[in-house]
Amino acid sequence: MADLHFLANPARFRRFSQRVMPSLSFATGLAFLVGLYFALVQSPPDYQQGETVRIMFVHVPSAWLSMAGYALLAVLGASLLVWRHPLAALVARAAAPVGACFALVCLITGSLWGRPMWGTYWVWDARLTSMLLLFFLYLGHIALSRAYDDPDRGDRAAAILALIGAINLPIIKFSVDWWNTLHQPASVMKLGGPSIHPAILTPLLWMAGSLLLLFILLVLVRTETEIDRRRLEIAELSADQAA
Amino acid sequence: MSDHAVFILSAYLVVLVVLGGLTIASLSGRNKARRELTARGLERPREQRARASR
Amino acid sequence: MSGFIALLARDLHLVWRRPGDVAVVLAFFVVATVLFPLGIGPETNLLARIAAGVLWCAALFASLLSLDRLFVADYEDGTLDLLLLAPWPLELAALAKCAAHWIVTGLPLAILAPFLGIAFGLDRSSLLALAATLLVGTPTLSLIGGLAAALTLGARRSGALLALLALPLCVPTLIFGAGAVETMAIGKNFTTHLAILGALALVALATTPWAMAAALRQAGE
Repeated sequence: MADLHFLANPARFRRFSQRVMPSLSFATGLAFLVGLYFALVQSPPDYQQGETVRIMFVHVPSAWLSMAGYALLAVLGASLLVWRHPLAALVARAAAPVGACFALVCLITGSLWGRPMWGTYWVWDARLTSMLLLFFLYLGHIALSRAYDDPDRGDRAAAILALIGAINLPIIKFSVDWWNTLHQPASVMKLGGPSIHPAILTPLLWMAGSLLLLFILLVLVRTETEIDRRRLEIAELSADQAA
Repeated sequence: MSDHAVFILSAYLVVLVVLGGLTIASLSGRNKARRELTARGLERPREQRARASR
Repeated sequence: MSGFIALLARDLHLVWRRPGDVAVVLAFFVVATVLFPLGIGPETNLLARIAAGVLWCAALFASLLSLDRLFVADYEDGTLDLLLLAPWPLELAALAKCAAHWIVTGLPLAILAPFLGIAFGLDRSSLLALAATLLVGTPTLSLIGGLAAALTLGARRSGALLALLALPLCVPTLIFGAGAVETMAIGKNFTTHLAILGALALVALATTPWAMAAALRQAGE
């Protein structure tokens, strides 16, 4: 019985995913190469930051995608808890590690950007600190969903966590912003980052676009894996029961 | 400012390593799961399997 | 309301029979706090500077210690199943448990902390700020911790997982709680911080009982 209900959507999903994947992969690769060209070759150095503005082209899209990823987890969580959509749990399981990796990339590239800009590898900048906390929220989601022998229990607990985390994120951001201004170091640093100049916008949007396509691609691939794994688990469970 | 080149290149290298690694891991995970599912003859829904074996 | 009182009274009564559980948490608070001067050095200026943060962090960790047992006993002996069937909303039961936790952990911590603050060289107004902010802030910690406990009920490695889940969510409370004491130390008013801490507590009160009940229902199935 679990087999029948479960397969209604996932089969359709797999057909969609396999149809879309070749062109999506091609588009992702192409966009990434174009983006790299603009980011590393074509765009001029920023008058404020020099060459290091190029790090922004990967740092900023990673930030956007990690935040969008968590919003996705919250939406999927609501979808699972309220409408009991069968795929929501599997897509959430697939997407969480992807979002976490983007958060990690954001943190590391932010650190590498900070070194030439401010002289230290880690600085308790409001945005980096908020991103660090978002990374921890991701880790919590990933750990919680896999902490139960019954995967449904893990999925639903993680769904609740995602919703509570989403409510908390603006609060956390607000408190970290406040904390950062309170403890502002003596030297006034321009933490704003580059102002958006058209020459900066092109590589940024290309990189953002290609990374977004990569995000979608990875979620599709990982959801297929989750579907297969869940099917295997159901099969093992019914084999155990039959035995 | 090309002395900063090492930071820029490291940043892009990190992107490549982390996201590339994630991509490889995701693809290999999918292939592994699919192999195991096929090995058990479970890749089609039960009704299709029943119809096929008739 | 009577259900709430009844559950609260029951939990407090259970703790009363085993006061050692509470004492251990408070002892941990003291020991953990004392480690910092031992690790950092007895220089009074430095200690006064870090006191707010250290005491607030230690209070946070001490609060977490007793949380993983918040629901476990009821889960194991079947009381949770009874609560699921009871006429009271499960949200109220969860709230009662958090209230008990606060009375037994948060409240004593808020009372004990100023005495430790003296050891860190805080002046009187800072000590007052410390007590006040802990009083207003620890209920939030109990609510968030209760949520983490409900989410991890029956999970593997629930203790560490609970801390991983709860600590990021407690960051705003920590920031404004410790920040309030520091504001007092530089001579300014801490009422804004206190107000924000109050607001955080209200947000927790508005969101966590629902989430706790949802998590407890999943555990009961």
